[in-house]
Amino acid sequence: MAPHDNRRPFKRAAISDQQKRRELSLLRQAQNRRDAQQQARCLASSILSLQSAAPESQPEQSDIELETVPEAEQESEAFSKDLDVRQASKLRGPEVRKWFARQLMLPEWMIDVPDRLAQDWYVFARPAGKRCFVVSSNGTTVSRQRNGSILHHFPSALPAGAKIRDGSGSAQSYCILDCIFHELDQTYYVIDMVCWNGYSLYDCTAEFRFYWLNSKLEESGACNAPSHYHKFRFSAVPVYNCDQSGLHAAYTGVVPYAKDGLLFYNKHALYQTGNTPLALVWKDENCSQFVIDTDGKGEIPSQQQVVLELQDDRKLVTSDDPPVLFGCLDGDIIEKSGLHTGNLLRFAIGDGGLSFVDGKLEKADLIYLGKSNRARAFADSYSKGFQLKSL
Amino acid sequence: MAMEVTQVLLNAQSIDGAVRKNAEDSLKQFQEQNLPVFLVSLSGELANEEKPVETRKLAGLVLKNALDAKEQHRKFELVQRWLSLDGNAKSQIKACLLTTLTSPVSDARSTASQVIAKVAGIELPHKQWPELIGSLLSNVHQLPAQAKQATLETLGYLCEEVSPDVIDQDQVNKILTAVVQGMSSSEGNTDVRLAATRALYNALGFAQANFSNDMERDYIMRVVCEATLSPEVRIRQAAFECLVSISSTYYEKLAPYIQDIFNITAKAVREDEEPVALQAIEFWSSICDEEIDILEEYGGDFTGDSDIPCFYFIKQALPALVPMLLETLLKQEEDQDQDEGAWNIAMAGGTCLGLVARTVGDDIVPLVVPFIEENISKPDWRQREAATYAFGSILEGPSPEKLIPLVNVALTFMLSALTKDPNSHVKDTTAWTLGRIFEFLHGSVVDSPIISQANCQQIITVLLQSMKDTPNVAEKACGALYFLAQGYEEMGPSSPLTPFFQEIVQSLLTVTHREDAGESRLRTAAYETLNEVVRCSTDETAPLVLQLVPVIMMELHNTLEGQKLSSDEREKQSELQGLLCGCLQVIIQKLGASEPTKYVFMQYADQIMGLFLRVFACRSATVHEEAMLAIGALAYATGADFAKYMPEFYRYLEMGLQNFEEYQVCAVTVGVVGDISRALEEKIVPYCDGIMTQLLKNLSSNQLHRSVKPPIFSCFGDIALAVGEYFEKYLMWAMSALQSAAELSTHIAGDDELVEYTNSLRNGILEAYSGIFQGFKNSPKTQLLIPYAPHILQFLDGIYMEKDMDDVVMKTAIGVLGDLADTLGSHAGSMIQQSVSSKDFLNECLSSEDLMIKESAEWAKLAISRAISV
Repeated sequence: MAPHDNRRPFKRAAISDQQKRRELSLLRQAQNRRDAQQQARCLASSILSLQSAAPESQPEQSDIELETVPEAEQESEAFSKDLDVRQASKLRGPEVRKWFARQLMLPEWMIDVPDRLAQDWYVFARPAGKRCFVVSSNGTTVSRQRNGSILHHFPSALPAGAKIRDGSGSAQSYCILDCIFHELDQTYYVIDMVCWNGYSLYDCTAEFRFYWLNSKLEESGACNAPSHYHKFRFSAVPVYNCDQSGLHAAYTGVVPYAKDGLLFYNKHALYQTGNTPLALVWKDENCSQFVIDTDGKGEIPSQQQVVLELQDDRKLVTSDDPPVLFGCLDGDIIEKSGLHTGNLLRFAIGDGGLSFVDGKLEKADLIYLGKSNRARAFADSYSKGFQLKSL
Repeated sequence: MAMEVTQVLLNAQSIDGAVRKNAEDSLKQFQEQNLPVFLVSLSGELANEEKPVETRKLAGLVLKNALDAKEQHRKFELVQRWLSLDGNAKSQIKACLLTTLTSPVSDARSTASQVIAKVAGIELPHKQWPELIGSLLSNVHQLPAQAKQATLETLGYLCEEVSPDVIDQDQVNKILTAVVQGMSSSEGNTDVRLAATRALYNALGFAQANFSNDMERDYIMRVVCEATLSPEVRIRQAAFECLVSISSTYYEKLAPYIQDIFNITAKAVREDEEPVALQAIEFWSSICDEEIDILEEYGGDFTGDSDIPCFYFIKQALPALVPMLLETLLKQEEDQDQDEGAWNIAMAGGTCLGLVARTVGDDIVPLVVPFIEENISKPDWRQREAATYAFGSILEGPSPEKLIPLVNVALTFMLSALTKDPNSHVKDTTAWTLGRIFEFLHGSVVDSPIISQANCQQIITVLLQSMKDTPNVAEKACGALYFLAQGYEEMGPSSPLTPFFQEIVQSLLTVTHREDAGESRLRTAAYETLNEVVRCSTDETAPLVLQLVPVIMMELHNTLEGQKLSSDEREKQSELQGLLCGCLQVIIQKLGASEPTKYVFMQYADQIMGLFLRVFACRSATVHEEAMLAIGALAYATGADFAKYMPEFYRYLEMGLQNFEEYQVCAVTVGVVGDISRALEEKIVPYCDGIMTQLLKNLSSNQLHRSVKPPIFSCFGDIALAVGEYFEKYLMWAMSALQSAAELSTHIAGDDELVEYTNSLRNGILEAYSGIFQGFKNSPKTQLLIPYAPHILQFLDGIYMEKDMDDVVMKTAIGVLGDLADTLGSHAGSMIQQSVSSKDFLNECLSSEDLMIKESAEWAKLAISRAISV
């Protein structure tokens, strides 16, 4: 038996570069496989949520008649969890638009005053600007508008928002903020916090989310002036209890941004994607410069307009969940205009306005104008129709 | 019934090639014609005292090779063949072997020892040859010295060959008694004592029970320690080897002896001959290994949970251990850095010092700093080198807070030494130390940077200058640059290396062209550094990385121009091709990761692919592996357009999948099939028949290294996801392979390694299921999957209840539950509700702290709620 050689590596790195290449390749492949899987899962869920809107009955006459759509599947929005927001950046084309359109919590128009407004609700002045999701992860920050298009791609002081050496770039760490980008002062006004530092706030009440938003955002340094690793300033908005003085402050108070209406948030509501009656928006000429739709030239059109989605049975529905049927389109128009299922169409509300029976929309006088802007990803909501009516 | 083999065996050792070949053929023929007779004849030859020693030895060797082989499957065949051999023949062979142990010819005895151990290795696990150990030991005391020595040697080989659980404790006790008695100082014969000491080394693994008994352990330890004082150097060396082995096998039993062992080892390190001193140092290195492992595993928190407590032997020995190791550093050999195979006491001592630093951390610093200060500027190069080496050795382990003040002082000195020291050995160690500084104290782990804008330029200038030094110094300078670049990874959009990027790349390429770049693995180091510089580069230098593409392509092209090469030159050529393919792989992966650079890079895709295809025509496993990895990266970057390369590439893909011998190539190729599936999606369909057939074949082969099998399953998932319902063709085969693997992998019984393997197998199986479910989703053929659902759910329940899956498996498993529900919907609703996985397992995952598991669980929860609500 020979003696045993116990020599050890001398002045050598622990692993060879070849081994490193091998491991990095395996890592990339595993990541790509995960992405492919995740994409398959996400695609499946976004297709599903779009299909869920298809109603069953088919009206016989081409006259525009109204009925509410039968109860649609309840879970169609259920996939809107934080993981998907990050994964969804892998989606392409129309899919990405459809997907992102459904991730933000969308307020209904305020039609009546909710009970216990003073006790259960917050109010704040909505900044004018582009509503978007801001996602920070892996050392970078991306903001995406409701239609899925990227607004900015930038470094930020949010956790995991820039490649800096404090180790905050760990894979677990990421943030998702519901923001409005205010062009004038190039600031992201954070109106809600969905995930912070890897911790999901979807299931937290607005009360907690706003508290968290105010303490954490400041702490992170995201409110500081822009710098090399922090391209845009973030800011919280002043939020008030919905009592007399709070309402007054929100309505008339001076804020550093241009106001676009008031937002009301129910304190006990969780972050729910899509339209929700637990968040409401109010606009009038005192608190918003955009109270009325304007056309491309900034002029007020003679008739108010709504955008509705065309279903495969010629029905026109809102973006609500379940969608509300506003009417049915004439087959001729569909053929002549080369319209397809899923197209978003712009209508003027005619002199007939909207008629209601027992609080339900019964009839709407709609005049077809044409296809809506391509960047639009969703139809208007039912409550917009209402506020238009009440104007 | 024996044949005459002497002449053939003599011929088989002839210097005449033709004669030799002829004899080898005859031996093969005998073996095939009548194996029992042939083997009996060989054993007879070995035992026959009248035969020449060469033929006896060779007969034993041929016999040994008929019992064992390196390749796993071949070994298995030989074992089966021996077990089914005629019993009578086996008895004759064994009798001959045992007789030979008493031969006066030492070579014959030694050969017989090895063959006996091989036979025992086959038979003892099958409860055959039960009398062997008894008969070996029966009269060991009365034997003449030569036979005693052979018997002890046989016991040593036997312990090496057989696993401890097949020998009962009674026999273990007898073996140990014989061995320890043979080792004791009362044994007058040196050869016997040496054989006994070496036998103990192998027998230590059997002594678990004996080491738990204080008296027996004390006795064994005393005998081992006494043997370290033997006048015979080989016995001292063998005794220290035993101590090294004991230090790792019975670490927790060492406390009562550690003081004595320290005294013994210190004396050996200072006074004994080098082979003995090296083992004495190795004892402490091995204790460091143990304590590092324990401390890493339990993070210094020793509650009742820890299996083995840390005794802090190193910490306690520190005040005496460190000076002893520092002394060894001054015993360098001239030119040791130019000799690849060198291993001497200075190297071993420095290596041990590094391990001690990792074990104790900050405590080592004050013990080493005075040595550094005293020696670093001495006129004798040995002192300067030893001081630098000591510094370099302690850079891993102590906290940055402790080290950074030292480094800030030393950095300028080091940079100046690297350019000005007249001694090459000092420069080598200085460059290595700079590399260690950058590896451990530079980058995002450290709060206060040691490199500023001011000294960055100087550092780079010095390193690039040193890359023109002798090959060994230049190689270390490349290594330092490697870690310098690595520290700037993740630095954000702008890297301090950007202004020097061009110059660095140019210098590295110049190094690769040095005439002497083949020495001290300099060329390899230069390419590795180039790779790291590229990996860590930022968008700012992307245009420069792009410029590198045609340069490296040209280099690769030049290696492919056909000139006639000697086999030596061809080997060097292959090595270079491997490096160039590796470099291209890194570049492709870098440029492919961002859209704008990918777009520009794609102009080279056709040419690069052309080069890779030519590379496959050359035979070298490493080159194939590197080219394959590069092609995977290219497929990812190219996307669906990769289809145009498939007609030509396919045969190499198939070749890779068939490469069982070089299983790394096979494994890498399997991964590339996944890349290509994702890139081509349904365009991979025309190649699926071939790929799937080969993959299924690979799974059923027992020649393929098992580590390749889990990735093959994952690859099924990749293909299914890519081709969707077209996978129907293979569904039955794939599912049956998955099902049998799933059954095997539900329960694990074995060591950590097996647990790890089983989990990787589970993960592969689960990834396959995920891919198949998602691939079939929304297809009219979904119902084809329904019959498989019960088994899959059972598998999920099974591994959940085993409670031994790792986090990766957990995440994949819960994802499969979601995919099953998502794809099968209401068809599987009630089945899912009945499974444990949909309740306990899901809940456990939902409350997991691992974000990935939680995410997958949330997905599964939603998919299930839909499946059962419809």
